[in-house]
Amino acid sequence: MTTQREQVIVTGEELDALLEYLADRAAALVGDPERTALVGIRTRGVPLAQRLAQRWQTRYGWQLPIGAVDITLYRDDLDIAPRWPVLKGTEIEFPVDDRVILLVDDVLYTGRTVRAAMDALCDLGRPKAIRLVVLVDRGGRELPIQPDAVALRVDATPRERIEVRLREIDGEDGIVRR
Amino acid sequence: MATEVSGPAKSTELWTRRHLLDLEHLEPWEIEAILDTASAFREVSERSRKKVPALQGKVVVNLFFEPSTRTRTSFSLAAKRLSADTVDFTVSSSSMAKGETFIDTAKNIEAMGVDIMVVRHQTPGTPHILARKLQCSVINAGDGGHEHPTQALLDVFTIREVKGRIRGLTVGLIGDIAHSRVARSNIWALKKLGAHVIVCGPPTLIPRSITKLDVEIAYSLDEILPRCDVLNVLRIQFERQRGGLFPSIQEYFALYGVTEERLRRAKDDVLLLAPGPINRGIELTPGVADGEHSAVLRQVTNGLAVRMAVLYLVSGGQPRSAAE
Repeated sequence: MTTQREQVIVTGEELDALLEYLADRAAALVGDPERTALVGIRTRGVPLAQRLAQRWQTRYGWQLPIGAVDITLYRDDLDIAPRWPVLKGTEIEFPVDDRVILLVDDVLYTGRTVRAAMDALCDLGRPKAIRLVVLVDRGGRELPIQPDAVALRVDATPRERIEVRLREIDGEDGIVRR
Repeated sequence: MATEVSGPAKSTELWTRRHLLDLEHLEPWEIEAILDTASAFREVSERSRKKVPALQGKVVVNLFFEPSTRTRTSFSLAAKRLSADTVDFTVSSSSMAKGETFIDTAKNIEAMGVDIMVVRHQTPGTPHILARKLQCSVINAGDGGHEHPTQALLDVFTIREVKGRIRGLTVGLIGDIAHSRVARSNIWALKKLGAHVIVCGPPTLIPRSITKLDVEIAYSLDEILPRCDVLNVLRIQFERQRGGLFPSIQEYFALYGVTEERLRRAKDDVLLLAPGPINRGIELTPGVADGEHSAVLRQVTNGLAVRMAVLYLVSGGQPRSAAE
């Protein structure tokens, strides 16, 4: 995975601090924990949602339901994708109706993924509200979508990739620029 | 959610096929890729709004030269759940009756801007010919006595769902093997995924050539019954045989009919499949068809997810030279 042009911008320890900060900011979005749920965008939004939930459970005793949304079928570039994306499926086992959904993702870029995830959520019912929680905002929006809670803002050129690594998936925590 | 990181679904990334013509030529991982994709599609059918936009703007045509209710409806609904537009063409309503060849018919329909053609025809190999002659994707929905890939895929999907695996299971295919494209496709899929397959029926309904497919042949259901994890009870294809292949329906039922009494001698958790439509009282009794071991209706539900997966995958397999 490591290449010469890879620059670590956040280490594992720093990521933990960022998550603590994000948990603070996002907690302010939770009005009634009984009517709030976390939904992670596959792939890395899901472990992030789980980590937020764990922190909140320890701190406040909240037990928020967690779901996962697969946006593949809602992508606006399916027709031009070089390869047909892997389908992992949406797993949301609670009704979304009248709940506040905290939508969680690792990196916010063009906003197209979030648009697709909102469409997918709205096909499951009518949430009371959808709030967007992201670890990193790298700018470069192509749609009018903004996060409600964000831990880190970085500037990146369109040629650069900002990658979040999580131990659940990648074996280690961190954020790199490539 | 623990399985999401590097499940076998990864293989769909490499899916390149534009057509689904048979299971004989699929690699084992390709069959698994279809089953994994189908698992993801099960969720869509359980929603109150049973639709996703994946195939928006695509056109799927059902071109059926043979009667079918279940398969055609299942493909139609699967395409609609993916937001594709669908058209049904059946032989009685087409201009075939006016003497047009089937290739001309297919080309004319394709010229209307079709992306995927789902074909059923009484002649083996018809979908393969169409795949060569047409630009669109072709899915075989049954070609004579040759193959019926999506039926076998939904059978295998149902077995995997209930039993948790395919490898190492013993599956009995019971009845009319000679005229059954379902049997042939099942054998290919099951063997590729590591099951042991027994074909069982009257000698007149088991072709000698079947030995080439590396299956066990049995003429006594009672003998193999205790060994089977799964029984797939095939329909007697009265429309495909000229008669005289077994003395009487009563005698067939006595030897090969799946009854409550027979099932008591099977494994406690034996799974009973039937591709349908079932002839109640010939291949199996109504009590068995509706009984605790039967997955007949689950098969129909799963058929929808499997056909969504196939439609989704073949449209991804299309070349997109303009985009790259």
